[in-house]
Amino acid sequence: MLGDSVQRTTHHSAPEGGTRWGHLRHGSDIGVWGRGRTKEEAFEQAGVALCAVVTEPERVAPREAVEVRCEAPDEELLFADWLNALIYEMSARRMLFSRFQVRLEGNRLEGRAWGEPVEVARHEPAVEVKAATLTELEVRREPDGQWRAQCVVDV
Amino acid sequence: MELSRVSGHGPSEWWIEPHGEMRVPVVVYATESLVREMDEKVLEQACNVASLPGIVKAAYAMPDAHWGYGFPIGGVAAFDEEEGVISAGGVGFDISCGVRLLETPLTREQLEPLKELLANALYHAVPVGVGSRGRLHLDEAGLDAMLAGGARWAVERGFGTAADLPRIEEGGCMAGARPEYVSMRARQRQADEMGTLGSGNHYLEVQHVVHVEDAALAEAYGLREGQVVVSIHCGSRGLGHQIGTEYLREMAVEAAKHGIHLPDRELACAPIRSRVGQEYLGAMRAGINCALANRQIITHLVREVFERVTGVRELRLLFDVSHNTCKEEEHEVDGRRRRLFVHRKGATRAFGPGHPDLPAELRAVGQPVLIGGSMGTASYVLAGTRESEARAFSSSAHGAGRCKSRHEALREWRGRELVESLRRQGILIRSPSLRGVAEEAPGAYKDVVEVVDAAEEAGLSHKVARLEPLACIKG
Repeated sequence: MLGDSVQRTTHHSAPEGGTRWGHLRHGSDIGVWGRGRTKEEAFEQAGVALCAVVTEPERVAPREAVEVRCEAPDEELLFADWLNALIYEMSARRMLFSRFQVRLEGNRLEGRAWGEPVEVARHEPAVEVKAATLTELEVRREPDGQWRAQCVVDV
Repeated sequence: MELSRVSGHGPSEWWIEPHGEMRVPVVVYATESLVREMDEKVLEQACNVASLPGIVKAAYAMPDAHWGYGFPIGGVAAFDEEEGVISAGGVGFDISCGVRLLETPLTREQLEPLKELLANALYHAVPVGVGSRGRLHLDEAGLDAMLAGGARWAVERGFGTAADLPRIEEGGCMAGARPEYVSMRARQRQADEMGTLGSGNHYLEVQHVVHVEDAALAEAYGLREGQVVVSIHCGSRGLGHQIGTEYLREMAVEAAKHGIHLPDRELACAPIRSRVGQEYLGAMRAGINCALANRQIITHLVREVFERVTGVRELRLLFDVSHNTCKEEEHEVDGRRRRLFVHRKGATRAFGPGHPDLPAELRAVGQPVLIGGSMGTASYVLAGTRESEARAFSSSAHGAGRCKSRHEALREWRGRELVESLRRQGILIRSPSLRGVAEEAPGAYKDVVEVVDAAEEAGLSHKVARLEPLACIKG
């Protein structure tokens, strides 16, 4: 469950209404969360929240696609794996991603991330994300029927 | 947190007796006001650590402890070599993130007319921030040699001198590194990252000694008032982050197989004697070497810039400390010497006078302990004490710790205004990201003086000198 010290500090709304992604406040680091009608959407939106830790997602043009695959013993670890796969691609390719597509089959994930190489002057990246942690890690269905996926990331 | 949660056990020492799953007490070293400011989560996390198999004596929280993931940041825990565990979460993702301090023969007055030139040259020479690349590309064989050799490898390649090595923990080379347990992905993240500073709270800072607190120790360390020094704070870069990510996951998945109950998955650990425990140890030690080599390369870049701008090349390394490690050490427990695996997450090793692992010229006075601040806030040099061995397996604080989140900082400060206001105070900031500067605003951090005073009062380390910034390169 969300601890008392974790608060939703930013959120972004979809045109059809409802908050789609945002950040959790954590003592020294930051958490990301995504919401959607399906688990897939929640995972995709959390990818946008991850991008927003580094820069404003609207500054990142979705010009190139990168594919990632993950498999995990449960859906929470799968979510952490998804974010860590994105963090790896950001680091190894020196890219930022702003658009995401996720397909889930059981505990297997096939994802695609669109973005472009880091351009310091235009993106003004604030900080690099080191890893997605297993702290505050949750994938759950909320009372309104929407899916939510979240965890703290180390920066 | 509520003071009623802990019981006072002497100056700046607070205990929580074992309850529930806890095998040992939690001991917090902090002043009353620091304890009041600490998040409840610090206690919760320390109690979880106290419940892990094979933990010896207590789970400790340093004066700068704050809410981490799994272990609190500012946490220290030692485990028995036979029955204990090793925890990837207890080391953290930025393996061996640490600080080193270089001493220059220059005074502040001598540097002042060259300060702007120096700040620009350092910013140009040392790659910083997201997406930056080092000038050195390492192939597979090069990576293996670096992971096995650490700062010693860097010195052999012409980065710095052999005289630097005794001034680094482990003589600059962590023994027992097993590069073969470092994955391809970790290697790919590192191939172009050697000699890069990173981002977040990492920095390269030109500072001056504003106040000597202990004249005899300052002399032994070669520090005097007015002297210009340089601090380098960074870690094991993408390689360390990837090692942490992969082994944390593996340990989390396998914990149940080893009969370990994890109250928080981020505490992921494995028996020291298990396959994954041994592989992680080998990979984590390789990560330590990566961090030591990285700081050694940056040191070389800093020396080149100083020679070019000021004509001075003799920048002596006072010491290099690591914050996120697990090290096999011998400590006295209940009158008996024992081999222990000491996890320090956001904590500094602080060997006191007489410790056999210290180089000859520091053995009489104890290990320099470097507590970092940056941009607008002070840093401190302290010395390890004899009492610290019994207090917390020779450990001390590592920094101030945040008091405001990155979002709060962004709401409160603008990067451009901060840079300008610090410039008026005589502090030059160079960074590729104004948002990054705002998120790291000096006001977002706790008062380092209170942390240092608590470390002194609790007997963890002894104040030697206060440093203040002149120019700061931020990622």
